[in-house]
Amino acid sequence: MKETKEAQTIGNLAEQLEAWEGREVAGFLARQPERKEQFATLGGFPVKRVYTALDVQDIPLEDVGLPGRYPFTRGPYPTMYRGRRWTMRQIAGYGTGADTNKRFKYLIQQGQTGLSTDFDMPTLMGYDSDHAMSGGEVGRGGVAIDTLSDMEDLFADIDLEEISVSMTINPSAWILLAMYVALAEKRGFDLNRLSGTIQADMLKEYMAQKEWIYPIAPSVRIVRDCIAYCAQRMKRYNPVNICGYHINEAGASPLHELAFTLANTIVYVEEVVKTGMPVDQFAPRLSFFFACGSDFFEEAARFRAVRRVYATIMRERFGAANPASMRLRFHCQTAAATLTRPQYKVNIVRTALQALAAVLGGAQSLHTNGMDEAFSIPTEEAMKIALRTQQVIAEESNVANVVDPLGGSYYVEKLTDQYVQAIQAILQEVDARGGTVKLIEEGWFQRKIAEDAYETALRKQSGEKPVIGVNRYVEEEEALDLEVHPYGPKSAERQIERTRQVRANRDEPAVQELLGRLKAVARDETQNILPVTVELVRQGASMGDIVETLKQVWGTYRETPVF
Amino acid sequence: MQAPNTQPIRVMIAKVGLDGHDRGVKIVARCLRDAGMDVIYTGLHRTPEEVALAAVQEDVDILGISILSGAQMTVFPRVLELLRGQHGSDIAVVGGGVMPDEDVVELKRMGVSEVLLQDTPPQAIVESMRRLVRERGPR
Amino acid sequence: MGRAVPPLALVQQVLEGRLTAVARMITHAESGEEACHEALAEIYRHTGKAHVVGITGVPGSGKSALVTRLCKALRAGGRSVGVIAVDPSSPFSGGSILGDRIRMNELVTDPGVFIRSMATRGALGGLARASLSGVDILDAAGYDVVLIETVGVGQDEIDVVQAVHTTLVVSAPGLGDDIQAIKAGVLEIADIHVVGKCDRSDAHRTVTDLKNMLAMGHRNSQGYGWQVPLIPTSSVSGEGIPELLTAIDGHLEALTSSGELEQRRRRIAQTRLLKSAENILRDQFQRHHDRQISELTDRMMSGRTHPHAAAQTLLNQFRSERKP
Ligand code: B12
Ligand SMILES: Nc1nc2c(ncn2[C@@H]2O[C@H](COP(=O)(O)OP(=O)(O)OP(=O)(O)O)[C@@H](O)[C@H]2O)c(=O)[nH]1
Ligand SMILES: [Mg+2]
Repeated sequence: MKETKEAQTIGNLAEQLEAWEGREVAGFLARQPERKEQFATLGGFPVKRVYTALDVQDIPLEDVGLPGRYPFTRGPYPTMYRGRRWTMRQIAGYGTGADTNKRFKYLIQQGQTGLSTDFDMPTLMGYDSDHAMSGGEVGRGGVAIDTLSDMEDLFADIDLEEISVSMTINPSAWILLAMYVALAEKRGFDLNRLSGTIQADMLKEYMAQKEWIYPIAPSVRIVRDCIAYCAQRMKRYNPVNICGYHINEAGASPLHELAFTLANTIVYVEEVVKTGMPVDQFAPRLSFFFACGSDFFEEAARFRAVRRVYATIMRERFGAANPASMRLRFHCQTAAATLTRPQYKVNIVRTALQALAAVLGGAQSLHTNGMDEAFSIPTEEAMKIALRTQQVIAEESNVANVVDPLGGSYYVEKLTDQYVQAIQAILQEVDARGGTVKLIEEGWFQRKIAEDAYETALRKQSGEKPVIGVNRYVEEEEALDLEVHPYGPKSAERQIERTRQVRANRDEPAVQELLGRLKAVARDETQNILPVTVELVRQGASMGDIVETLKQVWGTYRETPVF
Repeated sequence: MQAPNTQPIRVMIAKVGLDGHDRGVKIVARCLRDAGMDVIYTGLHRTPEEVALAAVQEDVDILGISILSGAQMTVFPRVLELLRGQHGSDIAVVGGGVMPDEDVVELKRMGVSEVLLQDTPPQAIVESMRRLVRERGPR
Repeated sequence: MGRAVPPLALVQQVLEGRLTAVARMITHAESGEEACHEALAEIYRHTGKAHVVGITGVPGSGKSALVTRLCKALRAGGRSVGVIAVDPSSPFSGGSILGDRIRMNELVTDPGVFIRSMATRGALGGLARASLSGVDILDAAGYDVVLIETVGVGQDEIDVVQAVHTTLVVSAPGLGDDIQAIKAGVLEIADIHVVGKCDRSDAHRTVTDLKNMLAMGHRNSQGYGWQVPLIPTSSVSGEGIPELLTAIDGHLEALTSSGELEQRRRRIAQTRLLKSAENILRDQFQRHHDRQISELTDRMMSGRTHPHAAAQTLLNQFRSERKP
């Protein structure tokens, strides 16, 4: 297109738009005003009545680009779902390793293509099942893992070279990674052929999920050790899954979710680079995790935006040269906090729309929530419908046949660009205020998240944010026909017994000797904590043994809450 | 200005066990403060013993415990028992978070004064607290 | 606690150190209700045994964490501790979120420690109105040491110094302009300077800055022969805590042997007399003179009178009404 001709078209358009507002719009408004004075996305971006070519004329075409090419706005891969669809990855975990193993096999049989493990609170926080703090929580919110022997049960008869396994685990992640390695070696798998992820994103724990053991510095060092270890020995494994999801679910706005996640990313990359490892050696294995909320176009747009910002950061700030270091790949979970107790079946519809937005935003893997989300961990039935939802989108709707079908929508491109600018502005502010770790210590992110959450609560209360069944179309006391996931305290007892057995049967002096070495490694910043941990779990050391030993070296973290 | 003889309602808001879900509890703490109450937040990861004793020392009108981890049937009975051990404490115990309906019924039977679950509007939480203190009468 | 037990009936239990009675008595004191004064008077007769230590400093300087450490150290030495932790009320709603306790929670299962949070409810000077009654109650209940943590204050107007035997001023690195944030007036009230968070790499600068400021003519030796020490501590590692405890005990020793303790006791008594009088007056004004106050305010707004004259008018009216 020639310069002059384009200018003319745009010029015409501006005139037409003005005329349209004067005539058609004004006429309509006179008869019927719009529903509101000002419309906005759920994330608070004001939106216009209609978007035209005028809105995108300042966005350089190369910022939009092509899929699989810098800046990856349109997707990390050139063919996207035309090749392989996203991984359908429903989280599962409850009771003992053997209990969850059954659920895994059920999900695989139902057509699920990746595994994702949820652990119980004690495992997440690094306590053994028989610790006093674990009372009432063993095997409840996820599966209980204390020793390598539990891990063996969890993955019994599952081919770990065939299926990718993701583990939602953070402060104690390195121990589970060590168990995974020990297990794979024992079963004769090739470490370089294992694919999967540990979450191991500690910074967002202090911000949002609130699972922690040690102070920030040693925690970041553990993350660094995981990244470095995997870069050397597990070529296909994602050593860290940098999460926005929990930040969002803790109440943050969709914008804050993305900006804070990238702020954390910058810290991790800096830490690993400091050890002397070139950025292109590990960056291709960084992976992400976001929540997909209810504002349909906004969600798709912001995933496009975060890919663009990440690509720029990796190239400009860290000097990455390999395109694989610049492409952001993410797992997505539909936003659980949007799901309700009243009229809980409506949750299926909410989840379907959110899942569709995630797919249009280019997610690499997806978890859809169960309709019973607001009650308990999901039943098999609830998980099946959630999985079927993804299958309908993938196989019946045809949305997966074209890459980035929303690309070029004036509205979506504009919103994408606005998101890019807004994320970058926050990242600049974080730098200017002294960086992410300092701001976490000062509670800066935490305060923003709490403010966002409070505002959402007020907006739900006033009805400004509609929630069907809660502040709209409320029904009196419904008879609950829902069967919730049962919790058997028996399995907690069994679990405790197992762990005691392992402790009784192991070579105690060998374990003690290794725990001594663990302390020495912990005190020496330059060493990697993983090799000795692998040896420990092989000898039957429990998670609690390892965690408590390191508390003597590093102390513990105590939060100063902000409101 | 605070009239001299009206005592703000004192509430302790607690998280017990390993549960780290604090989005709701912070909303509760904040809306009670904004309604003029004195709120003592315990922070995360407390034990029933710590919470019950702290509530007695602080002589709160209400001890509110937020649980989303599923541990409600372990935590509440223990806290109630500990409070009763303190010479028949008149502190009202209130619960919130995520729990199945049958647990709510059971908890009320055991002596939990009120249970407020997901999406309870802040204003309704404030009103429940005021009602409980009114119903108890002066100390 | 049984329903509506009159305060006076609780006194005996307070003196025996019964947890629930101590707690409820503080509640009565906070309410300021008529019925509590007689009981508080009885309790007052049994005070004077505890060493009362005030801890003040800018917000976030680490006061609560330090109190926690001190409690542990005192307990290790076999002494019991009462703590009154004061936090600000919201000027908008009058409500508060009392946060000091978060750091102290782990102490609570120790029967030798009693912690009570208080909101300022508009009182200035870093303390709440009932803070000192709270101290009396803990003292009478037999706690060996009573610690008062003030709200975070960086300016002057610190009441705590008028109300305790030993004042700790806590400074810490990493709080914006650091030392500059503390007015000289606050530094001067210290019997002991604490520089907290000395586990941080930037702490030595705070120590140096503070030393320089103190050297610049501020009072660091007191009349009764007490040299004001500067003690770096860390509530993370526990460093400096034994030294701090020694200094706190040393200060009491110095006060006692020099006779200064009696002076301070007298000063405390006088302050409390005046504070109480002020409170009584203010309450009575507010209760009975709402209308006059608002009328006089109107007249000030329209320039027909000025604050001093208006106050005189108010007091005259008050006096004439009070005449038998
Ligand atoms: C948001 C969320 C998260 C966020 C939490 C962020 C945060 N900092 O709070 C994230 C993503 C980090 C998270 C993580 C996990 N979660 Co979660 N989470 C939720 C979710 C979706 C919503 C909870 C929420 O915040 N709602 C919004 C707030 C405002 O509501 P609320 O907390 O209910 O509070 C309101 C009322 O309950 C009441 N209230 C609450 N407390 C109190 C107290 C008093 C005194 C009063 C009067 C009222 C009151 O007032 C509030 C305002 O109305 C629920 C499911 C659901 N839809 O409820 C699952 C849920 C609670 N999570 C669950 C699980 C299992 C986990 C994990 C263990 C998963 C895992 N294995 O990794 C982790 C554990 C994290 C941890 N550290 O504990 C389960 C719990 C299972 C159970 N109880 O049996 C649930 C039910 C989901 C499910 N169906 O499986 N989660
Ligand atoms: N590194 C380090 N941090 C500390 C130390 N003491 C306290 N902190 C941190 O400083 C912050 C404030 O500590 P608090 O003890 O609550 O401070 P405070 O003076 O009581 O605060 P206010 O009561 O709000 O004025 C918290 O985040 C603590 O973790 C210390 O010795 N070292
Ligand atoms: Mg404090």
